[in-house]
Amino acid sequence: MNLVRENPLVFIGKKSLTLVRDVGGVSLFIKDIIKTFPRGISRTHLVTEQMLYIGVNSIPLVILTSLFTGAVTSVQAAYQFSDLLSMRYLGSAVAKAILIELGPVLTAVVIAGRVGAGMAAELGTMKVTEQIDALESLAISPIRYLAFPRVLAGFIMVPLLTIIANFIAIVGGLFVASSFLNVSSHTFLTSFKLFFKMTDLTAGLLKSFVFGTIITTISCYQGFRTEGGAEGVGKATTRAVVVSIVLILVADYFVASVVFGTG
Amino acid sequence: MIRISDLHKKFRDNEVLRGVDLSIQKGETIVIIGRSGCGKSVLLKHIIGILKPDTGRIVVDGEEITRFEAEEMYEIRKKFGMLFQGSALFDSLTVEENVGLGLREHTNLSKPEIQEIVQEKLSWVGLSGIENLKPAQLSGGMKKRVGLARAIAMEPECILYDEPTTGLDPIMADVINHLIIDMRNKLKVTSIAVTHDMVAAYKIADRIAMLYEGKIIFTGTPEETKNTTNPIVRQFIEGRGEGPIKAV
Ligand SMILES: Nc1ncnc2c1ncn2[C@@H]1O[C@H](COP(=O)(O)OP(=O)(O)OP(=O)(O)O)[C@@H](O)[C@H]1O
Ligand SMILES: [Mg+2]
Repeated sequence: MNLVRENPLVFIGKKSLTLVRDVGGVSLFIKDIIKTFPRGISRTHLVTEQMLYIGVNSIPLVILTSLFTGAVTSVQAAYQFSDLLSMRYLGSAVAKAILIELGPVLTAVVIAGRVGAGMAAELGTMKVTEQIDALESLAISPIRYLAFPRVLAGFIMVPLLTIIANFIAIVGGLFVASSFLNVSSHTFLTSFKLFFKMTDLTAGLLKSFVFGTIITTISCYQGFRTEGGAEGVGKATTRAVVVSIVLILVADYFVASVVFGTG
Repeated sequence: MIRISDLHKKFRDNEVLRGVDLSIQKGETIVIIGRSGCGKSVLLKHIIGILKPDTGRIVVDGEEITRFEAEEMYEIRKKFGMLFQGSALFDSLTVEENVGLGLREHTNLSKPEIQEIVQEKLSWVGLSGIENLKPAQLSGGMKKRVGLARAIAMEPECILYDEPTTGLDPIMADVINHLIIDMRNKLKVTSIAVTHDMVAAYKIADRIAMLYEGKIIFTGTPEETKNTTNPIVRQFIEGRGEGPIKAV
């Protein structure tokens, strides 16, 4: 690499230009997808196919990760509570952490790894083998035929997966609390119910709608702009996952600031 | 029906098309010849608007498609069918779904009606009984023929063939050449074919055009092509290593 020899200013300049170009590219891409909206929805079979791929097939992975997330949240919250707070509050703390933050974010990150990578690789391969050009030649818009069903399916399925994740994670937390932390499941659940606010759930789900859209949009965009054979597909796949995860964490902050105020 | 004027296209520093001028009449078959890498496939992709030129114009039936927005472009593409050099079959779809995709998306035909058309088109290219296979299960020559069936499935007014006979055995190549001739005679299709295969070119072409260094340097009937004194064309059609074209 010539990173070392390059003038740092030139390097920063180039990177900023790339960033501006990508932000512009993604914005135009989103505009095109939105324009597709009324007509694209008629292709229900394409949307269902993607909903199966993104949603149903991800359930085992989501269950596994959220179970352990819930368990570790209980363990670590209990550690932070020790000497400071009564364990009576454990249930509420664990549930809130899961509903607001951990459920939506970790589900999205796991889906970005599984689905985002797969999507970028599939579309990227279609791009470099001229299948996208072939769609164009048949007067079929790749945005309408390929991107729209994926983005719509992500928008619907990531929140549904998040709901599953929330449930499983709370069960995991409850299990650890009652088995190893001397907090009875009754105490855990009472505290959860007592302090539960609807905003906890809705804020988390709002996040997951945003995350679902980010993952699919970024992955389709990276797939469509793939160039240069197998190597290009590899790069597009990596970029899709990295950019999705970074944007998920950034968007997480902004949604949280809007919903809860920055105080 | 198609008029290309002063078309320029550059990829980074690689000037591929440097002022292409070419007119194609309705119903004729024109064969474009030229060395590997001279920009033949790039030229075809400009004609259906998959690539946008840097400068220059393409007019199809009186409409300047090089100025079209995406939506208008999709309408005009319904007049065209294209066979890609690498077939470009959709690898997640079966052969039948590949060939029938245009019909499914653009017509209200029922599934059995589409199946019937797909089988007819596959039989035109000498294939049958492979409807349910995926592209990965086909040989290179079979893929090419499925690609051809897909290109003609909608019976477009104009078909672009990118090396239709490359990779086929000589007998199958002849079947495809006759198919191209039949499409012109029976369906009055306008055809633009790219090929290196001079036997095929002489057989199917009404006119032959040679692309060289980014420009069309020669057009003529097969007869005129055989008898031309243009040294570049002569070297190409005779397949000689020495001459005005540098071999490497
Ligand atoms: N999408 C692209 N990006 C960058 N360069 C390209 C692209 N497509 C084609 N080129 C370049 O344009 C030139 C012409 O390519 P093209 O595929 O049109 O050649 P060709 O005449 O069809 O050759 P062949 O007979 O081998 O198929 C090549 O130098 C190629 O590298
Ligand atoms: Mg080519």
